[in-house]
Amino acid sequence: MIRIEDLSKDWKEFKLKHINLEVEDGEYFIILGPSGAGKSMLLELIAGMWTPDSGKIYMNQREVTLLPPEDRGVGFVYQDYMLFPHKTVWENIAFGLQIRRINKNEIQEKIDEMMEVFNISHLAYRLPRTLSGGEQQRTALARALIINPKVMLMDEPLGALDRKIRESLIKELKNVHQKFDTTIIHVTHNFDEAIALADRIAIMNNGQISQVGDSTEIFRHPKDKFVADFVGVENIFAGFAREGDGKPTVIDTGNISIYSVEKREGDVHVTVRPEDITLSLAKVTTSARNVFEGQIKEIIDQGALIKLTIDVGEPLVVFLTRQSFLDMELNIGKVIWTYFKATAVHLF
Amino acid sequence: MGSFLVLFILIPIVNLMISSDANTIISNLLDPNVLSAIWVSVYAALTATVIALIFGVPLAFILARHDFQGKGFIESIIDVPIVIPHTVSGIALLLVFTSSGVLGAPLGKLGLTFTNALPGVIIAMLFVSSSFVVNSAREGFESVDPRLENVARTLGSSPLKTFFVISLPLSLRSIVVGSIMCWARAISEFGSIIILAYYPLAASTLIYQRFVDFGLSESTPVAIILISLCLALFIVVRVLIKGWKTYDKN
Repeated sequence: MIRIEDLSKDWKEFKLKHINLEVEDGEYFIILGPSGAGKSMLLELIAGMWTPDSGKIYMNQREVTLLPPEDRGVGFVYQDYMLFPHKTVWENIAFGLQIRRINKNEIQEKIDEMMEVFNISHLAYRLPRTLSGGEQQRTALARALIINPKVMLMDEPLGALDRKIRESLIKELKNVHQKFDTTIIHVTHNFDEAIALADRIAIMNNGQISQVGDSTEIFRHPKDKFVADFVGVENIFAGFAREGDGKPTVIDTGNISIYSVEKREGDVHVTVRPEDITLSLAKVTTSARNVFEGQIKEIIDQGALIKLTIDVGEPLVVFLTRQSFLDMELNIGKVIWTYFKATAVHLF
Repeated sequence: MGSFLVLFILIPIVNLMISSDANTIISNLLDPNVLSAIWVSVYAALTATVIALIFGVPLAFILARHDFQGKGFIESIIDVPIVIPHTVSGIALLLVFTSSGVLGAPLGKLGLTFTNALPGVIIAMLFVSSSFVVNSAREGFESVDPRLENVARTLGSSPLKTFFVISLPLSLRSIVVGSIMCWARAISEFGSIIILAYYPLAASTLIYQRFVDFGLSESTPVAIILISLCLALFIVVRVLIKGWKTYDKN
């Protein structure tokens, strides 16, 4: 377990103010925040690359606040991976073991095993600059994991990759987390990543932790305006997806079934943008695949737009203009119909 | 217009190179006085370079990695020898390293004399050339991402080990280039050497002596030998800069 108590550090334009955090063993913990929030510095403080101005850091009940990085047993993966450019893939992965003076046969054995896990055995004698982004990331993960770190610290590990590769590497990180049963602290500014991977999320802003919780908690009950604005996503539901042959994917949230044209299987998150949802007072026939009846639970006047929360089994947020709101004579408790197309449903 | 400076530099050098016949140069190369002077220059310059490396590389690393009060002052001090006249450097060194000087007296007790002795040639060279090592090594260290060092530390490497297996190999090219520049600059030093240590004769001093005592024709062959040596070193530097494998580029 990692415990951070009242940690502060003030260095140039970066400031961390009274950070308190607890990360459980085996947890996938994500620190989410805009750039400049101090996320990377917090991660580097946990790794021991800085000395805090005040506060304490504990790993497995032992205080490590002043311990140098080489004595902490943490793995670190940077956004651009920081593979040693003058060493081959094999030498990069071997680095931590060679320093520990482990005998050669054992090193070779462990590296073979690790390269197999990450499917990079064929790259053993290549230099980092000849690798693709994904290959570099897998090498960096292998290099960090081979020393059996107490915790893996990852600073925007997917930030340098394009969207497509990013999705496959999110899967990779999930597998790593399960296979190695390791604690992970992962820093990102991207909330798709956070939702897809995190057991718990800490929202960080301006050197402070604004909120800690699981994704549902944070998206449903943002603690302050910053969190609400930053996560900025309405209508996120967790569910289980099943693909139909040639038919839309069906996602069962436990309360309702939602159709999406995106192909997925297993545990997913579903989002629908409020502006993609249409309303009517009586049921009408439309091309929309998703049709739900629900009761208005909340009406918030946002000026030009009115924000409605409609209970259709899940709380569905819909925006409409003041004019249509008045035309439809809506009020709390009123039952209305909601429609959205299967193409408007995003899965991740 | 643009070619003026190039020709201005090129013409005297080329002219010098062809102003003596091969036989004279060979007979000079066999002259023990010339050989010993060149040996003094090469050896003293090499020693000065090694000393500059031993003390300059750690300093360069600190300057590249840390911000502290007075850093600008230290950087200026390193560069001062480049801007002051070399005879002035010689006088300044002589005052300090003479047998009764602040540094000369205690070192004299250890058996080191500087005036008119090889150590004098070495420190005169060191004084004017060490900044090449410091500045070049510093550039090298600055081009190494400190996060590479951070990662090595998390993998269990001590700061010293990290320096030797990560920072140093990755900036080796700059350090080698700086060392050769330092060596070449040391070989070409004259002004401070004649003031601090006229003897043992270094190559540049020998040329001066022959010019004063015997005139142009006697000094030219030695000059050609020395300039060939310097040019060879210079070419090595250029080749190294161009050809050294860098890891970050394809």
